[in-house]
Amino acid sequence: MSSADTELQVAVKHARRPLLSKAQQKRRATLVAYSFIAPNLIGFLVFTFGPICFAFALAFMHWDGSNPIQWAGLDNFFELFRDKAFQAALWNTLIYTAFSVPLTLAAALGVAVLLNNKIAGRNFFRTAMFFPYVASLVAVAVVWNMLFNPAMGPVNMILYTVGVDPQALPGWAADRYWAMPTVILFGVWKDLGYFMVIYLAGLQGIPRELYEAADIDGANGWQKFWKITVPQLAPTTFFVSVILTIQSFKVFDQIFMITQGGPGTSTLVLVYHIYNEAFISWDLGYASMVAMVLFLIVLAVTILQFRLTRDID
Amino acid sequence: MTAIPMAQKPRRTPRRRSRIKLGRVSLYLVVIAITAIMILPFLWMLSASLKLDREVFAFPIQWIPEAPRWQNYVEIWEMIPLARFVYNTAKITIIVTVLQLFTSSFAAYAFAKLDFPYKNVLFLGYIATIAVPWHVYMVPQFVMMREFGLNNTHLALICLQAFTAFGVFLMRQFYMSVPDELCEAARIDGMNEYQIWYRIMLPLSKPALSTLTIFTFVATWNDFLGPLIYLTETKLKTIQIGLRMFISQYSSEYGLIMAASVVALIPVLIVFLSLQRFFVEGIASTGLKG
Repeated sequence: MSSADTELQVAVKHARRPLLSKAQQKRRATLVAYSFIAPNLIGFLVFTFGPICFAFALAFMHWDGSNPIQWAGLDNFFELFRDKAFQAALWNTLIYTAFSVPLTLAAALGVAVLLNNKIAGRNFFRTAMFFPYVASLVAVAVVWNMLFNPAMGPVNMILYTVGVDPQALPGWAADRYWAMPTVILFGVWKDLGYFMVIYLAGLQGIPRELYEAADIDGANGWQKFWKITVPQLAPTTFFVSVILTIQSFKVFDQIFMITQGGPGTSTLVLVYHIYNEAFISWDLGYASMVAMVLFLIVLAVTILQFRLTRDID
Repeated sequence: MTAIPMAQKPRRTPRRRSRIKLGRVSLYLVVIAITAIMILPFLWMLSASLKLDREVFAFPIQWIPEAPRWQNYVEIWEMIPLARFVYNTAKITIIVTVLQLFTSSFAAYAFAKLDFPYKNVLFLGYIATIAVPWHVYMVPQFVMMREFGLNNTHLALICLQAFTAFGVFLMRQFYMSVPDELCEAARIDGMNEYQIWYRIMLPLSKPALSTLTIFTFVATWNDFLGPLIYLTETKLKTIQIGLRMFISQYSSEYGLIMAASVVALIPVLIVFLSLQRFFVEGIASTGLKG
């Protein structure tokens, strides 16, 4: 915009309203701007920012929520090393992440590539893949529990019918060793549609000429996938793996609904441990210390993401 | 692509054509198989919701019940206050969504189009908290709400979900793409900032608003841990935790549980199908989770 325009605009403004000094105008503009952010900012400060600061302080306190707060120093921190349940939760969270991230990623990429083809009913298929993601978790988890019921669920019935030895049928959520695979499978099934959508967007960005050139060179579908699609999607894959990793570290709902962290501590995860310590044992300080561990892990992943994105750019 | 056995004929064209044809057939087969895995649990749920408890696990699976028990859908409304749960959830979800849309787009306008002291500091503060998982501060937040006397109220859930940094961020990104000249022109025409927001920015930002609507709606409707912590009185429960309560009370009433689950899914299904386009565009453009 040229300076003539700005002058004109100033002139028009002055013609319409009583003259204000520069400082007054500026103060007025600031007030107007703050009136825009105030409704959100106040809510944000009170209900998000405040509790975040409180959480950091609480990690170094003893508190059961009703008696006076006591300074704990590093007690809660050292408790982490004694608490077997915490160690199990941390380990299980790492295992969950280590499997669910690559599995979801591969499934989402595979489905996206399949549904990027021009096929009849493509939109229907895409919607179908996406539906588990929006469906209410409780409703979906209940169906899973029934389908994967070890004694009478259809999944084990089908396995039995195709000849799996009844003794070897998986115990799914009721079995120490199968419980984790069960919740991982559920997570992959529920979330793959969401990441498929991100991959589909990424696929639109690959120049068509690359595939045409590969066709001329006589490349087959498999080669095109590994030599063009996968490298071209690298930024999307990176982005998806970061979101997936952070999300995996926060897993709770599906575990609460499917295994309740059990059997034993075989599917106890970090957020579940925070929930137990805070709302079952009312050890709020220690719960906040476990929350800090979660925070530091997520922070590390986020910083890594920023570093790597900067390097890529 | 899977390897497909084919006749080793020397002539090129028919072989190529048959290979393409086989490729397409296997493509369809794979897509249909995956779709079945995604959809069958829902169909099984629907089918089981019309059965007697003892029929639910009958094998082989009878997909279409011989005598559909429509009474299941009548009985659930009497056994648990399902209507109450639906009402509670709808109330919380609608209030949160409206507040979220209003406060986010309002604040985003200032961050995108106005100049004021500490703008960058404040915006950085917003962004930084997006990276902090809610689970990290849910405990102190709960204690604080309880101090405010908001335990066992819907207001607590509304407050903790209505002012997210995510909403401000999403709307600001969209407003940044609107040319500044448009606002300048409106100012010359004598509009004040509130009028510009209401008459120009809001109508322009329909796609972003729809994206935010659907994210907020689905996230709030499906929220689990929040209501689990805050709502212990039956009459206040949302459909998610109400459904969970029902399941633990009537754990062997399979048909009824499935009917209640189907009812819980319907509102999300309607919203999702009607706003699907915006949802997909929203994920593709922001890649963030609501």
